[in-house]
Amino acid sequence: MTTIKSTAAQMADALAAGSITSVELTQQHLDQIERVDSAVHAFLYVDKEGALEQANAVDVKRKQGDLLSPLAGVPLALKDVMAQKGIPTTCGSKMLEGWRPPYDATVVTKLKNAGVVILGKTNMDEFAMGSSTENSAYGPTHNPWDLTRIPGGSGGGSAAAIAAFEAPLAIGTDTGGSIRQPAAVTGTVGVKPTYGGVSRYGLIAFSSSLDQAGPCARTVLDAALLHEVIAGHDQRDSTSINAPVPQVVKAAKKLDVKGLKIGVVKELGGEGFQAGVLNRFHESLDALVEAGAEIVEVSCPTFDYALAAYYLIAPSECSSNLARFDSMRYGIRIGDDGSRSAEEVMNLTRHEGFGPEVKRRIILGTYALSSGYYDAYYGSAQKVRTLLMRDFSAAFQLADVLVSPTAPTTAFKIGQNDNDPLAMYLNDIATIPVNMAGIGGMSLPSGLADEDGLPAGFQIMSPAMKDDLMYQVGGTLEAALLSRWGAPLLSQAPVLAGK
Amino acid sequence: MAAISRDDVAHLAKLARIDMSDVELDHLAKEMDVILGAVARVQEVAGVDVPATSHPIPVNNVFREDVVKPSLTSQEALSGAPAQSEDRFKVPQILGEE
Repeated sequence: MTTIKSTAAQMADALAAGSITSVELTQQHLDQIERVDSAVHAFLYVDKEGALEQANAVDVKRKQGDLLSPLAGVPLALKDVMAQKGIPTTCGSKMLEGWRPPYDATVVTKLKNAGVVILGKTNMDEFAMGSSTENSAYGPTHNPWDLTRIPGGSGGGSAAAIAAFEAPLAIGTDTGGSIRQPAAVTGTVGVKPTYGGVSRYGLIAFSSSLDQAGPCARTVLDAALLHEVIAGHDQRDSTSINAPVPQVVKAAKKLDVKGLKIGVVKELGGEGFQAGVLNRFHESLDALVEAGAEIVEVSCPTFDYALAAYYLIAPSECSSNLARFDSMRYGIRIGDDGSRSAEEVMNLTRHEGFGPEVKRRIILGTYALSSGYYDAYYGSAQKVRTLLMRDFSAAFQLADVLVSPTAPTTAFKIGQNDNDPLAMYLNDIATIPVNMAGIGGMSLPSGLADEDGLPAGFQIMSPAMKDDLMYQVGGTLEAALLSRWGAPLLSQAPVLAGK
Repeated sequence: MAAISRDDVAHLAKLARIDMSDVELDHLAKEMDVILGAVARVQEVAGVDVPATSHPIPVNNVFREDVVKPSLTSQEALSGAPAQSEDRFKVPQILGEE
């Protein structure tokens, strides 16, 4: 029987076989949202009527015998960073409160064309800046494994929605780990495709040379199915890669890693990494060896500088990108009483509309780009980026994919890092190099850490436009771990009740 | 010595068009000093012989044929405007009275 705990692939099969309708499946998920979201707060907006309408449209087409896409009728949660026509889109910020975009992001267009049912918009750190979803102007999201803990960020809402069975699939965006780190701490799967693999049109920009949308799911195959729906060249994004989409669904089903070389990055897994996270990581390596892979150690010495370079490049790009929020064309406007100039209104609006982390990064970026400091900060960070890419090139000479723990720790308590931005930034130490080089990265569950019984993540990195390799390794590892556990990891999560 | 002073932060806030309270400025000046201390280490490895990378893939100008395509109507484009008048965005005064 198909339930909210089925995988997206199972739901798709049941829909195709006619054993459930999309309206029924969508209603099951709306009921679950009704039941648990007062406790989890994964959603900022639930589009009940719109979702049921989309579901009904798919059911009608199926009845008529129309040719449908594999995920047609399966529900999905959309990160609130994506513009969806007519639906409130806030990016987790007061700045965009009440804004309803007049157009769809390309990802949303592709989802609609594929008949994927969009349930609503998920919570996130304001403008995707954060690792805990605590920076949302609309309050934090709670980790379904322990409601006193963070679900990761910035895409904590998307990951929590999946872990709490409010949706089988979600869209995230990943600038420094915002898909993968939430996946790691919620026991779910998240993929950052190769930069340029998925269109950024309609994705509210944070750091344009790093931002990339990707799939969130409970299994590797589900992520692959969603990946193939959203990926592909788009003439509306000048950085979109004009090449065939890697065959990730086929790769996810391979379940074979014989002859593949897996590179363990020496620099990611020492000091600062929780023992229980490392234990699960090493067990996963053992499972891959048993499955026929060869493990090699690789060294990427510049990784120690990746975090520092990221916190110059991302704020620099954000200080420029967020200049568009000027209170003139969309978003809120504060203090326009006829006596103030446009500049005064702009200053007041940005004071009120942006939260502390966004202001911190805009100021940092403005500094790094200012005359006299440009070469020492932004310029140096760009050179580190070159060195990081050289490290990856050398490592991929020795290995087909690289691996590491996704995040150094399991989910921490809400409020724990409130007054320490640097401690918060450390969450992304293993995920950031992937964005800096524009390659692919995946996180999948490796088990529960011994100390706290919370999920740990296993990261797989693949060369640019070879996303299929991480799906092949991820699918194989997932199958091996599942046979050890006997049931999906999420079956060990506490049963949620509403408030 | 602090890498960045409270006055520096006030100047940056002005450049970034963000009003900031005294409390915000005090707090941010301290935080910025710590963050800049941490990120400055990029200079340790950024030798003169290393080229800069701005983008993970080569970025070229992408042109399309100069033909009119369907686009937003002016009402759609104005739908999120805080204020509008006569099919235009209405903004506070930009120049002085004179």
